[in-house]
Amino acid sequence: MPAAELRAEARRVMEVCNACRYCEGYCAVFPAMELRRSFADGDLDYLANLCHACRSCYYACQYAPPHEFGINLPRAFALLRAETYAEHAWPRPFARLFARNGLVVALACALGIAAVLLLTLALRPAEALYGAHDGPGAFYAVIPEAAMVAVAVAAFGFALLALALGVARFWRSAGAGGLPRPRPLARALGDVLTLRHLGGGGQGCNDRDEGFSPTRRRLHHGLSYGFLLCFASTTVAAAYDHFLAWPAPYPFWSWPVVLGTLGGLGMVAGAGGLLGLKLVADPAPNAPRLLGGDVALLFLLGMTAATGLLLLALRSTGAMGILLAVHLGFVLALFLVMPYSKFVHGPFRAAALLRFAMEREAEERR
Amino acid sequence: MLNLDREYDVAVLGGGNAALCAALSAREAGASVLLLEHAPRGMRGGNSRHVRNVRTMHAAPTAILTEAYPEQEYWDDLNRVTAGGTDEGLARMLIRESALVPHWMEARGVRFQPALKGTLNLSRTNAFFLGGGKALLNACYRVAERLGIDIRYDSEVLSLALAGGAVGEVQARSQGFPATVRAKAVVAASGGFQANIAWLKEHWGEAAENFRVRGTPYAQGRVLRNLLDQGAAPVGDPTQCHAVAIDARAPRFDGGIVTRLDSIPFSIVVNRDGQRFYDEGEDAWPKRYAIWGRLVALQPGQVAYSILDAKAERLFMPSVFPAFRAATVGGLAQQLGLDPAALEETVRRFNAAVRPGAFDGAQPDGRATEGLAPPKSNWARAIDTPPFIGYPLCPGITFTYLGVKVNERAQVLTQSGRAVTNLFAAGEIMAGNILSQGYLAGTGMAIGTVFGRIAGREAARHARG
Repeated sequence: MPAAELRAEARRVMEVCNACRYCEGYCAVFPAMELRRSFADGDLDYLANLCHACRSCYYACQYAPPHEFGINLPRAFALLRAETYAEHAWPRPFARLFARNGLVVALACALGIAAVLLLTLALRPAEALYGAHDGPGAFYAVIPEAAMVAVAVAAFGFALLALALGVARFWRSAGAGGLPRPRPLARALGDVLTLRHLGGGGQGCNDRDEGFSPTRRRLHHGLSYGFLLCFASTTVAAAYDHFLAWPAPYPFWSWPVVLGTLGGLGMVAGAGGLLGLKLVADPAPNAPRLLGGDVALLFLLGMTAATGLLLLALRSTGAMGILLAVHLGFVLALFLVMPYSKFVHGPFRAAALLRFAMEREAEERR
Repeated sequence: MLNLDREYDVAVLGGGNAALCAALSAREAGASVLLLEHAPRGMRGGNSRHVRNVRTMHAAPTAILTEAYPEQEYWDDLNRVTAGGTDEGLARMLIRESALVPHWMEARGVRFQPALKGTLNLSRTNAFFLGGGKALLNACYRVAERLGIDIRYDSEVLSLALAGGAVGEVQARSQGFPATVRAKAVVAASGGFQANIAWLKEHWGEAAENFRVRGTPYAQGRVLRNLLDQGAAPVGDPTQCHAVAIDARAPRFDGGIVTRLDSIPFSIVVNRDGQRFYDEGEDAWPKRYAIWGRLVALQPGQVAYSILDAKAERLFMPSVFPAFRAATVGGLAQQLGLDPAALEETVRRFNAAVRPGAFDGAQPDGRATEGLAPPKSNWARAIDTPPFIGYPLCPGITFTYLGVKVNERAQVLTQSGRAVTNLFAAGEIMAGNILSQGYLAGTGMAIGTVFGRIAGREAARHARG
C-alpha cells in the first residue's frame, strides 16, 4: 500500500479516536493525540511509533469491525510504523529490504551461517573445525582472532551507525526538536525499561483475545533484558581479552558465562514465547503483511541465543567448531539485519516515548 | 453445546449491561441461565457498547470518584431533570444501590479509570469505565462464559406467552431458525424501541425519518411491544427519549459518541429558514445537552445549523466530521444550503443584541443578549471573526422512555396492578419508571446495573424456590 494511503487511514482512525477518547486510560497514544486537533504526516508517524501494539484499544473499540467505520488502530499503526522504518532507513536504497522482510531476514540467516563456515574453512585446516579444543584461546583455534574481531566490529559498527542515522532522520521528520531536559529523559527511560505502556492501565494487554494478561510484557522483558545481558557478557569478554589478555573460553562461574547464560535463557524463553503468542493470538488486530518479518526476527534472536547456549554446553567436545561457526553465523546475520528489520522498533519507540515525555512536560509547564 | 430442549431456571432476553448483570446475578445465585442476544457476537451488547460511565452515589472520595455525591443531591438532580416525573421509591432504591455498582463490577473484571483531577468534570458524580462500554461488556461476557451461562447470539426474541399471571414459553429466531425456550423465570432486558423507525413514526410522523439512532440498530422494541400488547402496564410517554443534537452527517444507526457536537452554547443555532428558535446559552451545557435532540426534532425538516466564528472554534469538542468554513456569513450559508440573506440578517440582529462583558467559556458567564427573542442568556459574543464555521445538526436518539412498569423487585406489573410472578425487567425497557423526561448523564447504566442485579437475583429466587 502506498505511504499516502497508509497515512490517510491512520489519519481517519485518529480523527475518529480524537472525537471519542474512550481509550485514553490505556497508553500514551491517546493523551498524545488529545494534544492535537489535526494530524500532520509527522504527527501520525510519531503516534504510530508510540503505539506498543498492546491491542487493548481494538477490543474496547465501539467502531471496530463489523462496525461500518471499521476502526483498527493497531493494524493501521503497525503498517505505518513499518513504513516509517523503511522511509528512514540508511542508506536510503536499503529501504526496500523492509518490503519482504521475512525473506530478507531468513536469507541473512542462511548467508550469515554459510559465510562464517566458508571463512572458517578458508582460514583453517578442516581438522580444526572438527577437533576438540581446550584451554584459553580454544575458539581462536577454529576462527582466527583477527578475522572474528574484524568481522564483528565492522558489522556491529555499521549496524549502530545505520540505526543511529535512521532514528535521527525519524526524529527530525516527525517534527520533534530541541534537546530533552533531564526529567522527560528520565521518564522516557523509565517507560522504555518498564514497558509501562504494555500495562494497559494496570491490567496487562490483550495478548490473545479480549482477556488481559501480563504475558506478552513479561516475555518481551525476557527477550530484551536477555539481549542486554548477552551484550554485557560479550562486552566483558572483550575487555578480559583485550585488557587482561585473558581470552575465551571462560569457566562457568565467570562474569561472561553467567551473564551470557542468563541472557541466553531469557532470550530463548522470550523469543519462543512471543513466537507462540503470535501463533495463538487473534489475528484481527494485526497486520498480516508484517507477520513474516516479525516471526523471522524472533526466530533469529531465539536461534542466536539457543546456539550460544548449545555452544556453552558442548564447548569441550568435537562439536564445538561447527557450533561456534553456526552461532557466529547467526550473530553476524543479527548484526546485518538490525537496522533493516523489526529490530528498529526499539530505538524508534524509545524516540517516540522521549518526544511524548517532552510534550507532557511542556504541557505541565503551561 | 446449547440445548434448547432443556428447561432453564432463568432466560435473559437481551445482551447489554442490564442483561449481563441479571444473568450473572442469577447464575451466582445458583440458577441455570440462558442469555439470548439479538446481535451477532461482534455487535453484542446493545447500547452498552457505546457507554462511557455510570452515575454513582458515594460518601467519600475513592480511587475512581472525587469528593462525595450524597443520596439527597443525586435525588435532587434526578428530580430536577425529570421535572418530578420519577417514582421516588424506585429512584431512591436506584440511588442507594448505585453506591455498590463499582465494587460489584470490579469484582467481575470491569476496570475503571482513575478519577480525573480538575474542577469541572464528571469525575465527582460518574465513574468512567477504562476503555468504555465495550471493554465492560468483554469483561462481563468472559465471566458469564466462565460461570457456564449459555449465550446465544443472533437470537431475536419474537414473543412471550403471558397467561394466568405468569410468563410461559419464549419464542425466538436463533441463528435463522425458529426456537422455543422454556424457563422458570424470564428477565426482559431487551432495550427500548429507538431503532424501530416504523414505531417511532406512530408517534412522530414522517419526522422520524430524519432521526438518527446513536446506538445499536437491534433495539427494535419487539419484547416491549409484545408485553404491552398482552396487558403489561406501560410507563412513560412514547415521544420521550434521551435525544441529543448530533452532527447531521452521522450514519443512520450506531454513530455513537463521535457524532456528538458540543458547539451549541458557543454558537447560534438556526433552523433551515435561517431563524433562531431557542436560547443556546440557557444553562451549563451538561445540564442542557439532552434537550437539544428534541428541540431540533420539532424544527421543520428536523434539521438545524450551529453557526459560530473563529473565536469559538477551540472552545468545544468537535464531531468527527469536518466543519463547514467560509470567509463570510453569506458564503457559509451557501455551503450549508441556507438562504444567505436570511442567515446574514439573523447574525446581524444577534450581533446588534450582544452587550460587552467578560466572557468565560468554562461556566455560565451571564453575558446575555438584550432585546432579542429568543435571548441567548450566556456566552453571547458577536459572530464577526472569519472564518465563519457551521455544523449541520439533527436529532440523535439514544433510547426511548416508554417501558413496562415494575415494582421494587423488578417484577413486571400488569395494567391491573398485579405482578407477573416470574417476569422481571431491567434496563431501557423499564427506565421510564425513573426517567419520564430529561436525562442525567450516567443514569442509564445505573438503572441497567441496579435493576439487572435485582432482576437476576429475584428471577433465580423464583426459579429455585
